[in-house]
Amino acid sequence: MTKQVTAWLQAAPMAVVLLAFLVAPIIMIVIVSFWGATEYSIYPDFQFDNYAFLFGSPVTYTVFFNTFYYAGITWALTLVIGFTVAYFLAFEVRSLKWQIGLFLLCTIPFWTSNIIRMISWIPFLGRNGLTNSTLISWGIIDEPLEWLLFSDFSVILAFVHLYTLFMVVPIFNSMMRIDRSLIEAARDGGASGWQTLRHVIIPLCKPGIMIGTIFVTTLVMGDFITVRFMSGSQRANVGRLISNDISLLQYPSASATAVVLLVAVLIVIGLLLRLVDIRKEL
Amino acid sequence: MTTISKIRYSRRSMLKTGGAALAASALPAPMVWGQESKNIVLRQFGTGVSNLNEVATKVKEDLGITLEMTALDTDSVTQRAATQPNSFDIADIEYFVAKKVWPSGNLQAMDASKIDNYDKIVGTFRDGKLTPESTIAQGTAPHTVGFVDGPNGTEFADNESGWMTLIPTIYNADTLGIRPDLIGRPIESWTELLNPEFAGKASILDISSIGIMDMAMVCEAMGEIQYGDKGNMTREEIDKTIAIFIEAKKNGQFRAFWKTFDESVNLMASGEVVIQSMWSPAITAVRSRGIPCVYQPLKEGYRSWGGGIGMSAALSGMELDAAYEYINWYLSGWVGGFLMRQGYYSAVPETSKAFMSENEWGYWFEGKEATDVITSPFGDPLAQVGEVRDGGDFYSRMGAVACWNSVMDENQYMVRKWNEFVAA
Repeated sequence: MTKQVTAWLQAAPMAVVLLAFLVAPIIMIVIVSFWGATEYSIYPDFQFDNYAFLFGSPVTYTVFFNTFYYAGITWALTLVIGFTVAYFLAFEVRSLKWQIGLFLLCTIPFWTSNIIRMISWIPFLGRNGLTNSTLISWGIIDEPLEWLLFSDFSVILAFVHLYTLFMVVPIFNSMMRIDRSLIEAARDGGASGWQTLRHVIIPLCKPGIMIGTIFVTTLVMGDFITVRFMSGSQRANVGRLISNDISLLQYPSASATAVVLLVAVLIVIGLLLRLVDIRKEL
Repeated sequence: MTTISKIRYSRRSMLKTGGAALAASALPAPMVWGQESKNIVLRQFGTGVSNLNEVATKVKEDLGITLEMTALDTDSVTQRAATQPNSFDIADIEYFVAKKVWPSGNLQAMDASKIDNYDKIVGTFRDGKLTPESTIAQGTAPHTVGFVDGPNGTEFADNESGWMTLIPTIYNADTLGIRPDLIGRPIESWTELLNPEFAGKASILDISSIGIMDMAMVCEAMGEIQYGDKGNMTREEIDKTIAIFIEAKKNGQFRAFWKTFDESVNLMASGEVVIQSMWSPAITAVRSRGIPCVYQPLKEGYRSWGGGIGMSAALSGMELDAAYEYINWYLSGWVGGFLMRQGYYSAVPETSKAFMSENEWGYWFEGKEATDVITSPFGDPLAQVGEVRDGGDFYSRMGAVACWNSVMDENQYMVRKWNEFVAA
């Protein structure tokens, strides 16, 4: 009995924090999503107008498609880059000192703000930017490449740049836990480098890959500022739709969109968790 | 924490200090008021356009009032005025925003009889007519939302009722900005924004309420759509307008859209864009980098806007008096001169004249050739000897307004169509 009480007490602070700062706001958003709005105010109500409009508008589908599109491509690229970097750090670099040193090096860009790292691409990719002037001076192109900036390319480039580290860290962590004797055993058993990678390392990295995947997809799906800046406001994802609604005081409609986005993200995470049981693997 | 509590605190602490209690109670009333006004803090918010630290410094110097300024973008300004009534004392907003915000009851009407220079305020803000012969442009013309029917009025009045929603501060006529060096030929019409010649080099602002107006100016100039009122379109007109621009977007007409002042400056200065919707100080900012940029007057006229300051409904007593004092000071000329030297217009131009040199007045207001280098209040040279202002004098610029920034009855529908445009 006392043991049980102690357990409850130990769990209580975290539970209270989560209830107050996570569950309660989400409940509030769900409630407001059924409210009505005028130009300058919102009023309590129980109506399905916000959802009806949301599901009836072609914009919603385009925008959700874009959101998944950005998330998908960014995920694939960050996974390949993140895995490679983590592999190099974990298996190619032998001394612990160098591993830590190089790992810290990866985090240096994170000492500056997200927005700065993103915006610094703009002068780099612009029509008269560094990339174009370099390519022209090398004679590779005659006309500046227009698609470098304010395009899907620049949006995804910024996402990959911003979020690859979120893939590196958990994968690196998983790799460091792999017992080296397993790899030796694979080699002794006659497995080639590729076979070791496919049948030993990747399966053992799954939890890391999954955690990285969750980080990257949720970050990309919830983003609005990167899409706005890097596409020159010309592309839209769900986050931008919500931020537009908020700036025009349409809180109920923003809430409804947020609820749908939340459900979509939860479904994605649910599917991912079915593929790998993180709890078991940890 | 509100300013009221600050004042109470300071009053109490003043009384506490040894012997001051007696002295304070013995002093005549105006003296006490004078003491207090030094401690008064007014919290003002608005767009970056007029929320300038120089104004706060000067008002502290002249009146002793501390002005705490917050600069926000247009949408956030509306949001704050409508939803956070306790976060401000003075709202520096645009007239079309007043139409949205007034019904929320967060602002109080101002007694015109307490405004010293009321009679000198430009006609545009009173009966809507710049000169007696002027015709009133489409859209939310400032005078239509400038007055309410009484001190607690909720309906806008169609005459000079003596109760003002906003005191006009600055206004201007907006048009397209161009890079003459990269275009190399005269630009005369709004249609040029969609001219395929500038494919991939045009931009429009991504603030729906203003962007739709620029779009309407273009569509009307192209002869595609005849609007009943560009400031209050029907659904059909909105559909057609957005359709034309979605097609242009799909054809790659636009390089980017911009939402903030800085973005518009960077797009133009970097040469990413050669023709776009722009605001006057943004042109100034591009020019001060030594890059040629023209605020091109167009034959179809200007899209105009006006800003004003309104008082929070929560203001009362001494702070209300201080707010009136601040407003009277605002219209007395110094601020007007300061803003006019950046290319805006003051609501009471004649008081500003005293705070400008003859050359500056001639260049900015009368459209005369500069007789000496024109510099901004921050010291950047803006025009050389012999240059004239784009668009000419005050009356030819403000007299050629085709449309005012506005809020439409179909605003919600328009915003949804705008999202379609952005997502297309």
